[in-house]
Amino acid sequence: MDLYEYQARDLFEKHTVPVLQGAVATTPEQARDAAAKMGGKVVVKAQVKVGGRGKAGGVKLAVDADDTFEKAKAILGMDIKGHTVHKVMIAQAAPIAAEYYVSILLDRSNRTFLVMASVAGGMEIEEVAHTAPEKLAKVPVSAVDGISLAKAKEIVAQAQFPADVADQVADVLVKLWETFQSEDATLVEVNPLVKTEDGRVVALDGKVTLDENADFRQPDHEALVDHDSANALEAAAKEKGLNYVKLDNGQVGIIGNGAGLVMSTLDVVAYAGEKFGGMRPANFLDIGGGASAQVMADGLSIILGDPDVKSVFVNVFGGITACDAVANGIVQALELLGPKATKPIVVRLDGNNVLEGRAILNAANHPLVEQAETMDGAASRAAELAAK
Amino acid sequence: MSIFINSSSKIIVQGMTGSEGTKHTRRMLASGSKVVGGVTPGKGGQSLDIDGTSLPVFNTVAEAMAATGANVSVVFVPPKFAKAAVIDAIDAKMPLVVVITEGIPVHDSAFFYAYSTQIIGPNCPGLISPEQSNVGIIPADITQRGPIGLVSKSGTLTYQMMYELRDIGFSTAVGIGGDPVIGTTHIDCLRAFQDDPETTAIVMIGEIGGDAEERAAAFISEYVTKPVVGYVAGFTAPEGKTMGHAGAIVSGSSGTAQAKKDALEAAGVKVGQTPSETAQLMRTILGR
Repeated sequence: MDLYEYQARDLFEKHTVPVLQGAVATTPEQARDAAAKMGGKVVVKAQVKVGGRGKAGGVKLAVDADDTFEKAKAILGMDIKGHTVHKVMIAQAAPIAAEYYVSILLDRSNRTFLVMASVAGGMEIEEVAHTAPEKLAKVPVSAVDGISLAKAKEIVAQAQFPADVADQVADVLVKLWETFQSEDATLVEVNPLVKTEDGRVVALDGKVTLDENADFRQPDHEALVDHDSANALEAAAKEKGLNYVKLDNGQVGIIGNGAGLVMSTLDVVAYAGEKFGGMRPANFLDIGGGASAQVMADGLSIILGDPDVKSVFVNVFGGITACDAVANGIVQALELLGPKATKPIVVRLDGNNVLEGRAILNAANHPLVEQAETMDGAASRAAELAAK
Repeated sequence: MSIFINSSSKIIVQGMTGSEGTKHTRRMLASGSKVVGGVTPGKGGQSLDIDGTSLPVFNTVAEAMAATGANVSVVFVPPKFAKAAVIDAIDAKMPLVVVITEGIPVHDSAFFYAYSTQIIGPNCPGLISPEQSNVGIIPADITQRGPIGLVSKSGTLTYQMMYELRDIGFSTAVGIGGDPVIGTTHIDCLRAFQDDPETTAIVMIGEIGGDAEERAAAFISEYVTKPVVGYVAGFTAPEGKTMGHAGAIVSGSSGTAQAKKDALEAAGVKVGQTPSETAQLMRTILGR
């Protein structure tokens, strides 16, 4: 889960990473009140989970509380690369003497963590890595050892931070590690980390990604979930405990078991759909190994509720689950849905007890359901039905 | 021959007394695997009766190894307790630890890996050497012993591919798992298959996220002389969305299916567009 900037700031503050005053506002009035409380100049920043907001006009300096009202009014509701701005952050303005970059992230390739640090802050780090790789220090960090003060000093030296900020930056790195580890983050990025004109080192903007697998031991993270901007179908699926992702520009609803098989099903449908005017998969939905009738019904009802969907492809390989159980699940799901089921459904069953499974669907003889022998054949038929 | 496990593998099940653990212990026993006991902290000294086989339960992996001579552990412990269970197995110097559990925080997986490398998984279906040994949840009755080696990030695509090529059979099929950080990689399995005399050809299944397939492609170029066919899932996955597996995510321009396919093809691997087409490529290579 990616956090908004204001949420990242709050997490930093919780772990005593130095930050400036900041508050979130959803209305111009709230923004004005926050600015009045802080006093002096503030920066009004659009809260969107996409880069390039500055260029899009989503970050503005305000001289006082009334100006903050006007600036917030202009930014709230703005569209930045397809993201509507629902919230602004009001941040204390500070005169900046220098900008740096630091981050801690999961390094999948090396199966460890990585610290990146640079005195060339403020721009996209990919750009620094590309144009001036010598200015970017990359230091592996073991999950067992973490970042001690000694390790932090080593990183600071390698990145060649100036002597007057070295100790402060090392301290920030230790605190960012505490944030990264104790919050189960997979990314903690500060860009820019700044030196103010009075010599303090402060995290001015931050990005944090949290590991949802750790929710069981991070009870506070539930409050960080952004329910407002979630897709309605995805939200409904999540409520049912379904692993669902809505895809743009698709017509074929997909249900399958196992993440790999479902991903493969999307590809096979897109491939087959080329012959039928470019039909594409409308969603990812993995119902997992034990596809009970209820799970199948929940899944079908989400997909049939998607106005983009013109046909449905149920692709199940009976591994642990037997195909007869899956077939019974489909039949019962259609009974549960009754007249709400209105779109053609192509079912491909294979694997464990496949003959029994197919016989159950044949016996049920539901007018919307047709069977296909192979995954490729079923994909083609589902795409054909969607194109009708 | 086979890789990692064979008919003399002695297996203990961590979390055997839980519902998933018991269910799959029964299946492993039914397929002829030598399951010799289980570990559940606090239940040491008890025994679990499964279809007439009485299996001793131990408090720790070290005790279980001392009493049974086990050399493989399979972990069904829920995410909350998985870290402690895996560390217990590593501390006991268990030669191979297969972690089936899905949903383990990546900080814990990174900790395992920094601590030791003798792990398969997490979030994997385990591995099977048909007619010899079955460690994990892969159905034993899909196929038979044969010359193909298979390595895959995905459980169901493993089953699908085993099914497509069931008449030919497999030396070993390894599900390495769909998490961002896993113990045993495609490369570890490719090396083992290359060195295994029973394996004559290899199927490698990848999916979006990370760069494991690109690394595997580089490894194939320099080390693997046996024919390899490949399949990559996730061409249609949008950027920034996790597709079921915690590790299956395209970030910016990295981790795309196209990049993986291109890397594999550049290494001489024939890559199928669908699982069936991939199976057909293997048939052509083996002339069957």
